[in-house]
Amino acid sequence: MIPAEFEYESPSTLDEALRLLGRHGDEAKILAGGHSLLPMMKLRLAAPRYVVDIGRLRGMDYIREEKDKIAIGALVTHAQVAASELLRERCPLLPETATVIGDMQVRNRGTIGGSLAHADPAADYPAAILALDAEMIVQSSSGKRTIPAEKFFVDLLATGIRPGEILTEIRVPVRREGEGSAYRKFHQPASGFAIVGAAARLMLGKGGKIEEIALGMTGVGSKTYRASAVEKALRGKIANDKLIAESCAKAAQGVDPLSDIFASADYRREMAAVFARRAIAAAIERAASKPSAAPGPSTKGKRK
Amino acid sequence: MAMTAKPARPEGGYVGRPMKRKEDPRLIQGLAHYVDDIQLAGMHYMAVVRSPYAHAKIRSVNTAKAKAAPAVVAVFTGEDIRGAIGPVPCAAQIPDMKPAVRYPLATDKVRFVGEPVAIVVASDRYAARDAVDLVEVDYEPLPVVVDPEKAIAKDAPKLYDNFADNVSYRWELEGGDVKGAFAKADKIVKQRMVNQRLIPMAMEPRGVLAQYDAGEPRLNIWTSTQIPHLARTQIGAMLGVPETSVHLIAPEVGGGFGSKLNVYAEEALCAYAAMKTGKPVKWIESRRENFQATIHGRDFIIYAELAVKRDGTILAGRYRIIADLGAYYQLLTPLVPTLTALMLCGSYKIPAVRIEIVGALTNKMATDAYRGAGRPEATYFIERMMDIVAAELKKDPLELRRKNFPKPKDFPYATPTGLIYDTANYEKCMDTAAKKSAYTNLRKEQTAARKKGRLVGIGVSSYVEICAMGPSSAMPAGGWESGTVRIEPTGKVKVLTGSSPHGQGQETSFAQIAADMLGVTPDDVLVVHGDTSSVPYGIGTFGSRATAVGGTAMYKSLEKLRDKLGKIAGHILQIDPAKLGFADHKIFVKADPKKFVSFGEAVTAAYVAKSLPAGMEPGLEATTFFEPSNFTFPFGTHVCVVEIDRDTGEVKLTKYLAVDDCGNIINPLLVEGQVVGGIVQSVGQVLFEEAVYDSEGQLLSGELTDYAIPRAADLPWVETSHTVTPTPVNPMGVKGVGEAGTIGATPALVNAVVDALAPLGITHVDLPIKREKIWALMHKGASQPKAKAKSGRAR
Repeated sequence: MIPAEFEYESPSTLDEALRLLGRHGDEAKILAGGHSLLPMMKLRLAAPRYVVDIGRLRGMDYIREEKDKIAIGALVTHAQVAASELLRERCPLLPETATVIGDMQVRNRGTIGGSLAHADPAADYPAAILALDAEMIVQSSSGKRTIPAEKFFVDLLATGIRPGEILTEIRVPVRREGEGSAYRKFHQPASGFAIVGAAARLMLGKGGKIEEIALGMTGVGSKTYRASAVEKALRGKIANDKLIAESCAKAAQGVDPLSDIFASADYRREMAAVFARRAIAAAIERAASKPSAAPGPSTKGKRK
Repeated sequence: MAMTAKPARPEGGYVGRPMKRKEDPRLIQGLAHYVDDIQLAGMHYMAVVRSPYAHAKIRSVNTAKAKAAPAVVAVFTGEDIRGAIGPVPCAAQIPDMKPAVRYPLATDKVRFVGEPVAIVVASDRYAARDAVDLVEVDYEPLPVVVDPEKAIAKDAPKLYDNFADNVSYRWELEGGDVKGAFAKADKIVKQRMVNQRLIPMAMEPRGVLAQYDAGEPRLNIWTSTQIPHLARTQIGAMLGVPETSVHLIAPEVGGGFGSKLNVYAEEALCAYAAMKTGKPVKWIESRRENFQATIHGRDFIIYAELAVKRDGTILAGRYRIIADLGAYYQLLTPLVPTLTALMLCGSYKIPAVRIEIVGALTNKMATDAYRGAGRPEATYFIERMMDIVAAELKKDPLELRRKNFPKPKDFPYATPTGLIYDTANYEKCMDTAAKKSAYTNLRKEQTAARKKGRLVGIGVSSYVEICAMGPSSAMPAGGWESGTVRIEPTGKVKVLTGSSPHGQGQETSFAQIAADMLGVTPDDVLVVHGDTSSVPYGIGTFGSRATAVGGTAMYKSLEKLRDKLGKIAGHILQIDPAKLGFADHKIFVKADPKKFVSFGEAVTAAYVAKSLPAGMEPGLEATTFFEPSNFTFPFGTHVCVVEIDRDTGEVKLTKYLAVDDCGNIINPLLVEGQVVGGIVQSVGQVLFEEAVYDSEGQLLSGELTDYAIPRAADLPWVETSHTVTPTPVNPMGVKGVGEAGTIGATPALVNAVVDALAPLGITHVDLPIKREKIWALMHKGASQPKAKAKSGRAR
């Protein structure tokens, strides 16, 4: 497990990092927590000539509320997301998702920006990011721009980030009254990635009518997607178990599911339905309960 | 030393206590030295060029670019070592077995993915790895055989041009009147079963460091092995270096599970590289190499038939086993299936049995002994059959087993496979398990759960295994063990054991035994192993033999020293040595404990040698080479409960109880660790693990991201308990427990899963029971999918 030779760059400011990216072009890869890039380099699936380590940059690991959004610095680790009181209170879907990423070591080192920029089709965050309609802020030497979630995940390991740009911030909306969300995951038993991950976020109106719904799916196909057929089938309806199950049968509609030694395409499609159903049922239950009973990321008691 | 008058503690004070391991502080604190922790001045590194093809002709190997690479000092190919390194050794000899000989580097052909083709030696570990990619090998791919049943078919592509087919050997064993039994049976119960290929997955992969001192000459080898002396003999022989010039050390070994009960190509190659370059050369296996080129385990298909009477009496068994041996033999490859055959009667009085084994050669890594080596497979097959019979006859699985147990008075019990089971009380063990698990109540709970549509299953297995390997007559290369005890002049005790533990905890348990025998504390005892220059020749640690055979060798040496110390103390006290006891660092008069000689005083007398009994030699050292008269046959009953998720096919293990009988217990904490660890490995085999090769012979489960192993969260609390039936085979009455968990648990778990699915009409599910397999069964009704997909791909 020895990577090919590379040059290591350790910029001390974002500007310097951007300059290095500009200089090295597509020969450079950005390193943050090292939990996506380094395994690929060790397996020699990736062999960048330059590694630009932004992991030491200061001031990129904030989580703060700004108007009706929460801004999250790209270097925030999964463990920080999982433990953030602010997120647990104001955007519980994200910390709930973070708690089931990898293992403790991965959560302590891996960063939200790194995970999203890597765009592994079986990563957990992308499902939540889509369900939240989050925004990704990227920066280059010519300035900042915002990429909405639905434009961010382009394909297998490919995002809307352009050469020379660094993902610096993720903005997620604050939970509203009547909103419920949940992430449900079917683990690949070896890697811990998602064979299927379903992130549901919905608004319940009067009489339990689903006024808005977003369902982000990961693991199923070669990229994360919004299960719009499911959303359409449930939007404006008063949900019951039967309707949810019928709607969720469409969770992989239009998707060509992946197939591997842990799950065939058929099984993945079925599991997409199962976990979509479970996520939506949990989100409805949470939306229907009092807002003060905001679900935490961990069901096993409160953290200090 | 203060000589207080407090009464002597009765003997036996440490044996039987759950003492924490003496090994653990250094392991936990990172102070242990594994091969990769050892650094020598001027050390170089070896990296191995491996075949990316499962079957191919080697047209040419071009090493020019690699040799020219920075820091590279040498590149060796199969042609370079021809005549210089002998073949990889196989100790197993089965009549008419085909000689699937493998040299450490391939020359004309490669036969599995990961087979070494060349080695690179560089002064830098990274440079060595980079240079691997610069070695140009021109391969001509050949047709691949992966499925063992297809491999032995007439028209299959051949692995060896000079063999008639891919059958390594056919071996038969018959005992009792099988034909007659099948003729008079009320029912013949049949099932084809698969025991899938597994990858042992020791925490520490293999590693070798070799250093050659041409002046002496002396070849020093540090290698992560379970068998330091056998490895020394074999590696010396492969290289043509006299054994007296080879000094082999097994330093800290981070697990083996049988995978290091072997002699590997890389060990000889690393030593060769050190001899050729004059530099110390280290090779540390990567995890991917560990997957590809360290032995695999299991991989049997069986066609089983039992002849039964309506009342549940088993009259006879008839079995055909197709064992996938892989492309070449490692040390014991051909032998493992035969061990399965010997144990196929299980813990039952089955008077007649016939077994046919076909060893198949395929384009895969060799299989060999993996924790349990033959017994987990045998136990799985017979225990599944018992459940299938019980289901067909509508009998409770416990009742059917009870009916067929030999009774305590039947021991020693001779099986039709030629073994003599030493001693047992199977019924008592099963009753204990039934009681402790509240079995009757579990069945009631199951009935209630089923009414609600829940898929809850209860699984039982009653195993017997074969341990303490073993009498030399039944072993390929010696079944004895050595044990030296040396009491140093200060009264500290050094035990040198030929057993070479690699996680089992013998540094603690042997110290407990020695402490009790000599009346000292375990802290006074240092257990040394693994260094072939200081430890007398030994056989090693495998087959649950270390305590029963190696421990007994030590025990007998302790007896010799006790005898000598008793004579010295008797001489000083002017009393018959038979009247003396050993405790609290004293050799005391049993009838009057206030009269004693301190242990230190007696030891000093042996070394000062001024007032020894007439004719006694000075010094305090004894060595025993203990040859056991038989194997031991531990047994047990395991009970577990599972629930299946109807949506996903996931199996949740909700309860596990193991009642084992390993004879007398030296350290209950170590025994529990062994039992629970074994059960966890079974959970791995049943629910997660599988070496998956595709139809081209590529190992799809070739990294830890693709080969699932169980984690703590996958298990409930495992409850352990014991019955104690000491063996008469050795003086301590110990049997061995290192593999029991893996042997008892696999069938118990599968039986539980099948029991859970029984309401759906499902009668058998093949290993491994992955989620999708159950889901498919539930959604496609009672019929099982065809045994194996054409591609050989797992589901």
